[in-house]
Amino acid sequence: MSRIFTTDHRRLGVLYLYLSLAAVVVGTLLSLLIRIHRIWPDWRLPVYGLMKPEDYLALVTMHGTLMVFFVLTTAPQSGFANLVLPAQIGGGRMAFPRLNAAAFWLAVLSFVVLLAAFFVPQGAPISGWTHYPPMSAVSASGPGQGAGMDIWLASIGIFCLSAWLSAVNLLATILTQRCSGMSWTRMPMTVWGWMVASILTLLAFSVLLAALLLLFSDRHLGSSFFVPMGDLVNGRIVGHGDGSPLLWLHLFWFFGHPEVYIAILPGMGLATSIFANFARRTVRGYRTMAGMLVAIGGLGLLVWGHHMFVSGMNPYAGTAFALTTMAIAVPSTVEVLGWLALLSRGGLRLTTPMLFALGFLSFFIAGGLTGPLLAQPALDGYLHNTFFVVGHFHLVMAMAGVFSIFAGIYYWFPLLTGRRMNELAGKLHFWISLFCAYGTFLPMYFSGLAGEPRHYERLAGPATNFAGILANERGITFSALTLGAAQLLFLWNVFHSARRGEPAGQNPWQATTLEWAPPDAPLRVTHGPYDYEGFSAVTKQDTFSSEEILCQWEAASKQE
Amino acid sequence: MPATFTRHSVEVERRDPGIGGKPPVDRRPTGGGGDGDNWDDHQSGRRGPRELLSRYRLGVLFAMAGDLMFFVAIVSAFFVRQSAGHFDARDNYVSDWRPLAVPPILWLNTAVLLLSSITIEIGRRQLFREIDVMEEWLGLGRPAVKRAAPWLLATLGLGLLFLAGQWIAWKQLVLAGFRFDSPDPSSHFFYLITGAHGAHLLLGLVALIAALIGLSRLKRVELRQIAVDCTAWYWHTMGLFWIFLFVLLVWFQ
Repeated sequence: MSRIFTTDHRRLGVLYLYLSLAAVVVGTLLSLLIRIHRIWPDWRLPVYGLMKPEDYLALVTMHGTLMVFFVLTTAPQSGFANLVLPAQIGGGRMAFPRLNAAAFWLAVLSFVVLLAAFFVPQGAPISGWTHYPPMSAVSASGPGQGAGMDIWLASIGIFCLSAWLSAVNLLATILTQRCSGMSWTRMPMTVWGWMVASILTLLAFSVLLAALLLLFSDRHLGSSFFVPMGDLVNGRIVGHGDGSPLLWLHLFWFFGHPEVYIAILPGMGLATSIFANFARRTVRGYRTMAGMLVAIGGLGLLVWGHHMFVSGMNPYAGTAFALTTMAIAVPSTVEVLGWLALLSRGGLRLTTPMLFALGFLSFFIAGGLTGPLLAQPALDGYLHNTFFVVGHFHLVMAMAGVFSIFAGIYYWFPLLTGRRMNELAGKLHFWISLFCAYGTFLPMYFSGLAGEPRHYERLAGPATNFAGILANERGITFSALTLGAAQLLFLWNVFHSARRGEPAGQNPWQATTLEWAPPDAPLRVTHGPYDYEGFSAVTKQDTFSSEEILCQWEAASKQE
Repeated sequence: MPATFTRHSVEVERRDPGIGGKPPVDRRPTGGGGDGDNWDDHQSGRRGPRELLSRYRLGVLFAMAGDLMFFVAIVSAFFVRQSAGHFDARDNYVSDWRPLAVPPILWLNTAVLLLSSITIEIGRRQLFREIDVMEEWLGLGRPAVKRAAPWLLATLGLGLLFLAGQWIAWKQLVLAGFRFDSPDPSSHFFYLITGAHGAHLLLGLVALIAALIGLSRLKRVELRQIAVDCTAWYWHTMGLFWIFLFVLLVWFQ
């Protein structure tokens, strides 16, 4: 029991990763069902039978909810931060261990409650992870809008509390537990990422909680915040007053957009650290890079309206949101240029974590470049409800986020188990995943440009008349199935290497951040974010010798 | 005296590196240094006897920042809903917002809550009186606890009084025909705002009771201080939030 109900942050980090693993397995299976349904809509599922339209929508909703909350938010933020943050800032412990454990168990509770939605009458919720009213506010508006929707509200409400406690703990830890010499400008970039993401969590999830409360009140307490006057649902007039569905969109996206950055900022910090480590250079423009992470977080709070261009929002507001959204491209570009500058001088060691970090960069560029396109209200009017948007957020948020999670797992695996993961399997996993991820999500740009709508259960009528749409769909599905299958390689690698992997030694990557310091090293940061006393003590007894490290480095490079 | 009058030794060194007029070698890798602060030995974070206390205070601060956003979201919805309306068939603008007459007892409740903030602050300060704390450290009895406990009990009573007052306000509103499920959006917001704040205050009462138990049970002085201090800051924050919400309900309907 003490191993499970622990307050040890490392164990909690592992438990968080297990939670994410459970969620990602369920979420991936749901997404594969979605893809299969798109090319064989009349295929009967083995036990279940024919998939009805509402089942398809329920799959989309649950896939989105599981992936966004329990994978992209949980693993990089709470999971990795619990695993390494205390060691990385030389503090060794969290500020509030019991609060931390409470946050984890709330997340588990939220996950279990969410899965329960599959098993209630009328089934899981169907209105997408954004749950736009008035449909979501009226229990009688369709299947899945009854108990399933209430369960979704309860689950996400619990998740809000969990994320909130976790963020309080992380912020207090970063502020109070840093070791001697680790000033603000000497924190590793991962810590900057976690810190900005935690601030966003505090600000955004609180707003979501308020929105959930209002929606719950609309559904059960007879209020009418989101249901417009005289709204007709299933032949009945619903709602009591002049509620505004737009109000929900504002509240939801004020959470929903920062959520994207909560998912990606830890990955950005991690990629910076991994690039610096495997290119053997200090971070170029450290202060700028850290500042840009903060700028992305700050601007991220001001752009929610770009999800609402087609919602009937005031067009002048659309202009303002278009400007703030395009402004985000500036710090993001600075980050990308910073990474390219860091990588530009050759001598990279292409280990598996490095490959996944490069994959992250590649997806960040490929998905990010379409962001400014969608930031134009006029273009968005055409593209918004097409697969273009699906391709965009799956590349920039989902794939970039997942690749940063993979990078983190391959990178910190020796820290957890004392063993390295199999490099060959890792590289194979990387290349298959990279090609299949592009094979899955890049064609969505083309089908979106051709006008293929999203949220449709099946393609019929004029949409299928575009030459190649169905062929494109088939290609996407086969690519997605391969992508899913390739992850079995990763699972095998994790569980095999944890027991049989090659012993890693103290610091297999010659990393310079504190979590790799030997247990007895004096923890005092002396020069920069990637330079501490203990590291030089390991490489050479007294003084820091770059020659020495270079020799080790070259020897290690030759082994690769 | 402004610092510019006396040139710091580091500054002198940088102005005149003594290498024949070449620019000085800036040996700062990432920052820090140069401003007279010895960054190499800089203690980051907080250390010392108050470290634990300040850590918990920070936790309360961050939690309350998130909570503030919760109320800000509800208040934003309040203003949006207030200005929502539609045009009827004759092109008249119709708004269903009927301002709700706030029950006068809320003024009394506000006074009670303000009073409770004062009592808890007095109680909180008792735990930081140096002479008393010193005596507790030395094991010469528990003067600070004895001084603080009555004030915390008074706060508990006043908090209960406030909640009872809010309940009476709800009852009065129901009698006046404003129920939660009545069609007036202003009454939804009234119940929602007072309800959410009341739930927070209930949590504050639980914290107060926990602090009172902690005062008698906790062995270490600083833990007793933390229990009372964090409860007090939470309580003050709820008082501030209430002022904010009360002003909203009274003057911005």
